[in-house]
Amino acid sequence: MAVMTYREALNLALREELTRDPNVFVIGEEVGLYEGAYKVTQGLLKEFGPKRIVDTPIAESGFTGVGIGAAMVGLRPVVEMMTFNFALLALDQIVNSAAKLHYMSGGQYNVPLVIRGPGGPAHQLAAQHSQSMEVYFYHVPGLKVVRPSTPMDAKGLLKAAIRDDNPVIFIESETLYNVKGEVPEDPDFVIPLGQAVVRREGTDVTVVAYMGMMYRAMEAAEELAKDGISVEIVDPRSLQPLDTATIIGSVRKTHRAVVVEAGAGFAGMGSEIATEITEEAFDDLDAPVLRVTGAQAPMPYARNLERAKTPTKEKIADAIRRVCYANGSR
Amino acid sequence: MAKAMTQKAAPGLGLDADLARKLLRDMLLIRRFEEKAAEAYALGKIGGFLHLSIGEEAVAAGATSVLRPDDYAISTYREHGHCLIKGSDPRRVMAELFGRVDGLSKGKGGSMHLFDKEHNFLGGHAIVGAHLPIAAGVGFAIKYRGGDQVVLCYFGDGAVPEGEFHEALNLAALWKLPVIWLCENNRYAMGTSLERALAQTEIWKFGETYGIPSEPVDGMDVLAVRAAVGRAVERARRDKTPALLEVRTYRFRGHSMRDPAGAVYRTKEEVEREKLRDPILLFRDRVLKPGVLSEDDVKKIEKDVNDLVDEAVAFADASPEPPASELFTDIFKESA
Repeated sequence: MAVMTYREALNLALREELTRDPNVFVIGEEVGLYEGAYKVTQGLLKEFGPKRIVDTPIAESGFTGVGIGAAMVGLRPVVEMMTFNFALLALDQIVNSAAKLHYMSGGQYNVPLVIRGPGGPAHQLAAQHSQSMEVYFYHVPGLKVVRPSTPMDAKGLLKAAIRDDNPVIFIESETLYNVKGEVPEDPDFVIPLGQAVVRREGTDVTVVAYMGMMYRAMEAAEELAKDGISVEIVDPRSLQPLDTATIIGSVRKTHRAVVVEAGAGFAGMGSEIATEITEEAFDDLDAPVLRVTGAQAPMPYARNLERAKTPTKEKIADAIRRVCYANGSR
Repeated sequence: MAKAMTQKAAPGLGLDADLARKLLRDMLLIRRFEEKAAEAYALGKIGGFLHLSIGEEAVAAGATSVLRPDDYAISTYREHGHCLIKGSDPRRVMAELFGRVDGLSKGKGGSMHLFDKEHNFLGGHAIVGAHLPIAAGVGFAIKYRGGDQVVLCYFGDGAVPEGEFHEALNLAALWKLPVIWLCENNRYAMGTSLERALAQTEIWKFGETYGIPSEPVDGMDVLAVRAAVGRAVERARRDKTPALLEVRTYRFRGHSMRDPAGAVYRTKEEVEREKLRDPILLFRDRVLKPGVLSEDDVKKIEKDVNDLVDEAVAFADASPEPPASELFTDIFKESA
């Protein structure tokens, strides 16, 4: 194990996979000479050269399509979106081509493609640069969607995504790039897609949360422990496929659940997980499943409004108390 | 002797009997195949959208005639001909149109999504413009691996106003990718004429914008198509230069079977006038007059093609529907 940042873990995963497989290449805006808008690709151009670290003009649909075409004939592209907000310009390529070519061709052509970059709420970047994008992708059959919360997961899941034979949407976060953690140095360390992890064990309530929300849920859990509420935190890590077994297993133990997501709540991941829990474990529940989500509004710029838009530690703690019927009565 | 007659090359055509036979056969195959598909559609054996390329056969026949089997082709939803001439078994193409398990994609793609990996036919893409960046990606992969194949990318005039046309042409020119951009200009994007869609209706001139070789081509003349694509392929193979060819053609039928007459947005007189340039009739006259092929040769080709297409229809009709389990296969590729 080595201690490194989330950014360094991603960089290491890319370096290891570029070294392991000559068919892997990185393509996107500012990935080479500039070394990445968020420096995830730092040093790669120098180490692997311009053939494999490919700078593109600003043409998201164009270079995403290039990735899909190259993948169809056997290369393994890692397409960087400078931020996932720009992936909307390539949404048709992702939804109508990458996700469907294997199916429409009756299994003849597959698309081993990773599209990665930061997404989700960031600090005062306003409506167009600070939003949760996973909802646009996990709805589509044929796409896998990953949201890694820790440096270890960033490395292990990115390597799994690159080795996967299907298109994988891999959404990082600007707010996590500097988070430090332990990371295995074994170049064959991978975390299979579709496996949730229990971040914190508890007995009274299950909280499902990922990315920045997972860290806020951890803070809320520490605080509630002082009040005698024992919180279990499940991080799904991959949203498609979603490890419902781990989530349901935890709920069967705690009998209560809160789902947290940064994005707007309407028809979001929280709705999906709450439904899965209700359908699978209704008789195990001692309280309705609650969601803590971003407000149904675009992300505002002003600091106070941004805070109002986003789930906070306090909002999460409040929801946990409510499912425990511990609000106000203690 | 007829045999001796057919071996004689036509002066100035650069055309021997074998090539003449192949080009005529390929164009006729597309025509008969699509005529039969239209009949099957009327009988309800083919559903959804069915887009015919009748009138445009010289493009697929001429262009494919200069490709190697290991070259790639990629196309739109009007792709039956492109797929058939690239080498696909007409029986499996027809079975795909019928939605049957012996179709190229087990019936899961249909008329608009023909794929044939064995023959490097990369699909049948039905979002206008979307496959152009994908074609650039295939060209990227060829160059990445140091190969000398080319990608032939067919698209319609309707794709030219799309952003992806410009993104893809720019990337292929910028990175020198071996892609032949072949615009089948049939003058109507569905019902919108060129003049109502493009500020620059000389589509080949966009090639000049991106600094790549480009030219207009008579798409009703199979030999002109063959020559122009041949030049582009040779250049792309040699030095990875892409090219833009504006191949001027005409679809005799409507946009799809749901627009059978194509009569709202163009005049009957125009359609009749264009039918005088029928690429199959023009080429047949051209090879019969100097005696490159005999009447008997032509009859035999017609009979062989008719038999092949009849067999394709019978095969498709006899093929079962895909089993219900196919709904959930091929969504993801299972990793080894």
